Amino acid sequence: MTDTLVEVQDIKVHFPIKRGVVLDRTVGYVYAVDGVDLAIRRGETYGLVGESGCGKSTLGRAMLKLTEPTAGRVVFDGIDLSAMKGEPLRTMRRRMQMVFQDPMSSLDPRQSVESILVEGMRAHGLDTDRQATAKRLRSLLSSVGLPSTSLRRYPHEFSGGQRQRIGIARALTVEPELIVADEPVSALDVSVQAQVINLLEDLQQEFGLTYLVIAHDLAVVRHISDRVGVMYLGGLVEEAPSDLLYAEPLHPYTRALFSAVPVPDPIVEDRRERILLAGDLPSPARPPAGCRFHTRCPWRQRQRCDTERPALREIAPGHRVACHYAEDIRAGKIRPHAVEPELVEQDVTGGIGPDDPLAGPASVTEALGP
Amino acid sequence: MTARTDKIDKLAQHTARSDAGVSLAAAAWRRLRRNPVFLLGAAIVVAFVVLALLAPLLAPHDPAEPMLGDQVVRARNEIPPSQPGHPLGGDQVGRDLLSRLLVGAQQTLLVGVLATLIGLAGGLVLGTLAGALSGWVDTVVMRVVDVMLSIPGLLLAVSIGSLFAQPNQYTVILAVAIVQIPVFARLLRGSMLAQRHSDHVLAARALGVRERAIVFRHMLPNSLGPVIVQATLVLAIAIIEAAGLSFLGLGNPDDRLPEWGQMLGQAQNVIDSHPELAFWPAGCIVVVALGFTLVGESLREALDPKSRR
Amino acid sequence: MALLEVRDLKVEFRRRGEEPVRAVDGVSFDVQPGQTVGLVGESGCGKSVTALTIMGLLPKRGPHVSGSARFDATELLSLSDRQMRDRRGRDLGMVFQDPLSSLNPVVPIGLQVTEVLERHRGMSRRQATVEAADLLDKVGIPDPRRRLDEYPHQLSGGMRQRALIAIALACRPRLLIADEPTTALDVTIQAQILALLANLVRDTETALIMITHDLGVVAGLCDEVNVLYAGRVVERAKRHDLFAIPRHPYTHGLLSSIPRLDAPRGDRLSPITGSVADNIPWTTGCAFAPRCPNALDVCVEVTPEMTDDVGVPDNRSLRCHNPVERAKRDGEALV
Repeated sequence: MTDTLVEVQDIKVHFPIKRGVVLDRTVGYVYAVDGVDLAIRRGETYGLVGESGCGKSTLGRAMLKLTEPTAGRVVFDGIDLSAMKGEPLRTMRRRMQMVFQDPMSSLDPRQSVESILVEGMRAHGLDTDRQATAKRLRSLLSSVGLPSTSLRRYPHEFSGGQRQRIGIARALTVEPELIVADEPVSALDVSVQAQVINLLEDLQQEFGLTYLVIAHDLAVVRHISDRVGVMYLGGLVEEAPSDLLYAEPLHPYTRALFSAVPVPDPIVEDRRERILLAGDLPSPARPPAGCRFHTRCPWRQRQRCDTERPALREIAPGHRVACHYAEDIRAGKIRPHAVEPELVEQDVTGGIGPDDPLAGPASVTEALGP
Repeated sequence: MTARTDKIDKLAQHTARSDAGVSLAAAAWRRLRRNPVFLLGAAIVVAFVVLALLAPLLAPHDPAEPMLGDQVVRARNEIPPSQPGHPLGGDQVGRDLLSRLLVGAQQTLLVGVLATLIGLAGGLVLGTLAGALSGWVDTVVMRVVDVMLSIPGLLLAVSIGSLFAQPNQYTVILAVAIVQIPVFARLLRGSMLAQRHSDHVLAARALGVRERAIVFRHMLPNSLGPVIVQATLVLAIAIIEAAGLSFLGLGNPDDRLPEWGQMLGQAQNVIDSHPELAFWPAGCIVVVALGFTLVGESLREALDPKSRR
Repeated sequence: MALLEVRDLKVEFRRRGEEPVRAVDGVSFDVQPGQTVGLVGESGCGKSVTALTIMGLLPKRGPHVSGSARFDATELLSLSDRQMRDRRGRDLGMVFQDPLSSLNPVVPIGLQVTEVLERHRGMSRRQATVEAADLLDKVGIPDPRRRLDEYPHQLSGGMRQRALIAIALACRPRLLIADEPTTALDVTIQAQILALLANLVRDTETALIMITHDLGVVAGLCDEVNVLYAGRVVERAKRHDLFAIPRHPYTHGLLSSIPRLDAPRGDRLSPITGSVADNIPWTTGCAFAPRCPNALDVCVEVTPEMTDDVGVPDNRSLRCHNPVERAKRDGEALV
């Protein structure tokens, strides 16, 4: 396809779990991302949603080659990034940027806003003319809604929402085509979240950006995205255009997820039928066999769900689902049933956190227990 | 409408900070200025440094000249007492004690600062190598550092000090400095690793900033806070350890330029009859070490990210 | 009579060398027996400090508390530490945001429950163990007998929160305070915990104060909602009334700035402008005025008082000089 900007093919990111006193030896893997195919079209916003530990952040970082994929390919604008290293990769980074969840920790506290913004331009030789640079910085600041006096200030002097604007401006300095936004608003106050969401939308218009928005908040993702992918335990379980996914979620997990999100409207809340999932997310170090969701799935069928991992298949145009029985569930042929919660032996970290790409071997080691 | 916005602006100005921007260091300094612990420590340190620097001018007499030698009576263990012109009296060979203390301050400062700087420099190099390169470099450096850390500091300093055939001022400094290298190296490496996994370093990498710039512009400067704090504490330790070496006879044998530890070591011969000879240099060491420690601790508190607004 | 009556509660933190910070600035509300009351607001609005003050859990040094919090005709603020501890065991329970840090990491879950039962309900160890297993079962922890011997770190976040709820309910409190109980949890787990809380308060007729920043949580759970801003209650209404006609511009702004799952894609959000850093002190007017699309000159001159709202038929209180008109909600957004 010509309009695909970035594509990942069967990408896997497995973090080794190491233990040992003198010499580390690998005793297992955390299957953070385990075989995902997805393509993002130029100019669209792709939303990736899932709960903590599902691998969505790791996938975002692997797409930017900030985390080295274990297997699979990343193709950006027709260029295979998989084998790319060193200087060529560094040069490529100009075209794909990232916006982080925690606006404070993602800004170097010692740098003034000006030096934060100039850094990327300098790394790619974009700051040749001093006056042009100054002009560009001012126009960027006004694009993200910060006063031009901000340049001489330091990150800790700004509020959370303003810091996130600085982070967004930093990503824009190098004129990227793709921006991966990892939980861009979840650290912000509710009243400020909307400002940043609107800003992201405006900037997409202004600069013709392509977004991958990663979030746990389904409402945010649905609001901002053209297409949405739902992840569960390292795999993509469903993908569809935003409105279609909301109108007709087919995967049991997506259904449960939608039904769990509280809506600020008592009328809706009183009427709605909740699908309460039993138990907890299994550990990504020991994903269940077969369909990863079968331990909690109210629609689980004997045999096949436990043993055969369903592939992501196109059920309607643009609507892909990884469920053996998606058609039967849609037609109402299979009814949900009660599920006994299965005990999940807990990792100390509560699974591999999204902000924790190298979630310390120490903690994961603990998870495996004696 | 305008009346309202005017009023809001006026209220806002009340609370707003200036446009200039306050860097982290400036913010820490603001906090420090109000901290009585820091002020006390800083007062001690400043007094010490000023006295040390001006010692040759301030010292009333030549510290090497036994001008009161005629008052020393070895048989009866007599030492020149306090007298006009010599407020603290003389030492066991009749040299003016006050002058020796003052000039001693200079030598002590020299030992403390040089030992700390050498230790810091060594630690910075090793720590940066380990923290920036990771992999086998990290493993090798850290194993060596661990071995050195497992030996008690003073013992290690004594062992290193005794390696030199002819002890002098600089062997003392070197011995004390080498002991501090692993402390700095491990500290720096630890905070560099924490920085390596921080979001802002990841952000710089995502921007395509070169690896060397990431290390020297982001990781290193942000890791220096604890190292600087440690340096002030090490200054106190270095002074005490240098005193210890002198005391054990591994110090500078040439006593024409006095140093507090050396004075303390020499005073032990007459400590039964004249404890005051030991008291003065020992007291000075304690007060100065305390001063540096107070400054170090309050710096640690001020640079603590948790206390940031 | 109300079970809990909070009147003009003020909490001020004074730190050496800094301006005193008034975290709670005259909060008043009631909780009826068996009622679920929501305290909603963004970070820094004083909702958590209010809860800690009622529970007597503020640090002894530092905060300066005034006002009144009467529980069942007893003034909680004047109780001694010991009396308060006793109250916390018997009448008041609390569930915190971070279950891991509020459970003792080196004591098995079972012991943490039985301890409370033995101390406050005078049970023997044997009785308490049976009751503890029963409680864990009631809060939906599978295989409760085995879990009694496990340590907090062996449980998942959701299970820990359940254990914490079990401990809070062990003494059959008449009032349970839940401070952001689901903020640290994933949505599917949040749904489980909210359903659990709703069932428990219904079955045991416990009154619940739900403290949250999430209006969605409030919409499904609370009978009455207090919206807090900058340390004061700015609007109080019954659940359905509040969401149907938000009258305070802040409440209105919050509701129109949240992306809704059931809203079609492409709707633009109408955020509240600025941030809490723009607030003015309540003493000089309405703290929200600088961010308020409805602000009038009077808003920066006269402090608005909490009054019964005559603009709507329902029974609600409002602290606003120029509330949002009814018609505006459905039509074009303000600003």
